[in-house]
Amino acid sequence: MNKVIRLFTKDSAVVPLVAIVLGLIVGAIIMLFGGYDPILAYRSLLKKVFGNPYDFGETLTAITPLIFTGLSVAFAFRTGLFNIGAEGQYIVGMTGATIIGVQVNAPWFIHAPLAIIVGALCGGFWGMIAGYLKAARGVNEVITTIMLNWIALHLGNYLVNTFVLEPGKGRSYFVDDSAAVTIGWLSRAMDNARIHWGMFFAILAVIFVYAYLWRTKSGYELRVVGFNPDAAKYAGINVNKGVVKAMFISGALAGLAGVFQLLGVFLNQPISAGHTGHGFDGIAVALLGGNTPLGVLFGAILFGTLSYGAAGMSFGADVPPEIIRIVIGSVIFFVAAPGIIRWVLKQLRLRKNKGEVA
Amino acid sequence: MKKTAKIATGIMLVASLALTACGAKNNNNTNEGASPVASSPAASEAASPASSAGAGKKFAMVTDVGGVNDKSFNQSAWEGLQKLSKDTTAEVRYLESKEATNYLTNINQFVREKYDLTWGIGFLLGDAITEAAKQNPDAKLAIIDSVVEAPNVESVTFAENEGSFLVGVVAGMMTKTNKIGFVGGIDIPVIKRFDLGFEAGVKAVNPDAQIIKNYTGAFDKPDLGKAAAATIYNDGADIIFHAAGGTGNGVFNEAKERKSSGKQVWVIGVDKDQSIEFGDDVTLTSMLKRVDEAVYRISKDLLDGKFAGGKVTVLGLKDNGVGLPETSSKNVPADVLAKVEEYKNKIISGEITVPTAQ
Repeated sequence: MNKVIRLFTKDSAVVPLVAIVLGLIVGAIIMLFGGYDPILAYRSLLKKVFGNPYDFGETLTAITPLIFTGLSVAFAFRTGLFNIGAEGQYIVGMTGATIIGVQVNAPWFIHAPLAIIVGALCGGFWGMIAGYLKAARGVNEVITTIMLNWIALHLGNYLVNTFVLEPGKGRSYFVDDSAAVTIGWLSRAMDNARIHWGMFFAILAVIFVYAYLWRTKSGYELRVVGFNPDAAKYAGINVNKGVVKAMFISGALAGLAGVFQLLGVFLNQPISAGHTGHGFDGIAVALLGGNTPLGVLFGAILFGTLSYGAAGMSFGADVPPEIIRIVIGSVIFFVAAPGIIRWVLKQLRLRKNKGEVA
Repeated sequence: MKKTAKIATGIMLVASLALTACGAKNNNNTNEGASPVASSPAASEAASPASSAGAGKKFAMVTDVGGVNDKSFNQSAWEGLQKLSKDTTAEVRYLESKEATNYLTNINQFVREKYDLTWGIGFLLGDAITEAAKQNPDAKLAIIDSVVEAPNVESVTFAENEGSFLVGVVAGMMTKTNKIGFVGGIDIPVIKRFDLGFEAGVKAVNPDAQIIKNYTGAFDKPDLGKAAAATIYNDGADIIFHAAGGTGNGVFNEAKERKSSGKQVWVIGVDKDQSIEFGDDVTLTSMLKRVDEAVYRISKDLLDGKFAGGKVTVLGLKDNGVGLPETSSKNVPADVLAKVEEYKNKIISGEITVPTAQ
């Protein structure tokens, strides 16, 4: 029990909480300035998310990819790598799954797992490119992953265009039913919300990342590399191998986000001109969650809730969607600036202490 | 104390930034609110007295990712609904889609709230409308630019090729460099119709003119539009016709920059009379696509009890569904306009058949 209390009173848990509250307050102030009712807006947000089974299910669907991309960024971060390429790995993973889903004919117990595995491997491979360049040539992974995002976008479009395009639709064919990971009965029970197995895999991934990084030797090595590469090298750990491996796992996690979006939600891949933003949101989620698996889970829940609930705010209180982006932005801003929060907390404590003295 | 002062200044700064942002937003809203843009002939022609035919009826639309302020397609649709609201006191609403996952959830939001008619604005919403129609056989839906075969969906498409033929005539007669550009959004049948019609129009009056085409792959990326326009102008073109929604704003942007450095370049706008938004100095004319008119008409039909599910309405030159705005006469000489009129009559009478896509 003490452990639980400590978990929530530790600075690392308090800082994001205060940041969220501050972010919501700033959002409310901005809404007031804009002439909107913040109380009504936040109530509409909650109503949109928890109001009925359909919206609740869709919220879960919005959260799922964020868990994966958040874990992807956090995992790399633990190894001292800043993976900004989750976006590209997401697309490559999705493309792999699309091609398998459309082109292969197989019974469901082979087809769906095959699509998932191929998608994850594709994402992992895409991450590994950046890892390899870093290990073999010392190229900064921030640069390569950003550039690989754009290569992935256009490669994905090219592959969809060449191999699986449904003529005149601007998107791929729908994947076969045998590859879909939708849960029909649960969707029907939740008024056709697009519920899919990805959600459960996301939870498994949270457990996997925790178990791997904190409970295995090779995970420990990766973390040592993250803390201090020189010390790791001195201790006989193969740093270069670690970097490649970490980027592979990170990429595979991001790839899975794309895979489940495809096999569970869209069932087809559009030709797109820009990134979906799930990968970049993953950076924010990892940041919110302090790069811990459990933190990422909570961060994704918050982030997904806010962005799905945004439509509710705009529907129920006429708040333009831009405002909710300001709210999300200010939450991230406060999380990213822990100095401000620590200072606020210190002031609060000082005042409290003074009060006690007096 | 000093610190408090500092923080106060900081907060002021943030607040002032936020305020300016909100201010701009509000302006936008009032602009929209104030009667559908004056250009639209329908607005002037049909000054029908407000009735209360629509009292208690609710109409809604879901935008694509371009958003309601795209100065083009979505905005035009929203103007149609606003006019409906003014004329009949019906309640109207819109939701913007931030990403493709939102299409279905946004449509469902309205369907669940028992809106009398929900519009999907644009080709990209075709799949979502199909899905929503299947899941909610009692809901009434309508879609622009895509044909959805369902008993509860009314589809509206336009003969963009006919209108584009006419602006092609203008471009073909007015180009000085004999090179003309076309910037498209996504390569889908709708945009192909613009493309083919425009090309046919240019060739009809100026067989030697060269047409440089560029599909940007997006309707919401002004930066891509600007880059495409820059390339085309650099190749020596002096007129660009864009059919790219919000992406086209970048085309205007590029043209304005060139204009201010003394080069004579033109843009032909699309969907709305874009000279109102972007000025007469760069806007040669526009290919009006009366999305507002279509939205208004079909919605009004529903109020009159004439909703025809499963019907596909095609609006062409003879229905005034497409055409050139009155303001064209500012930049287009009378002899060219006479030629346009001549071709218009030929198309309507069937003497000329304009090539089309699918």
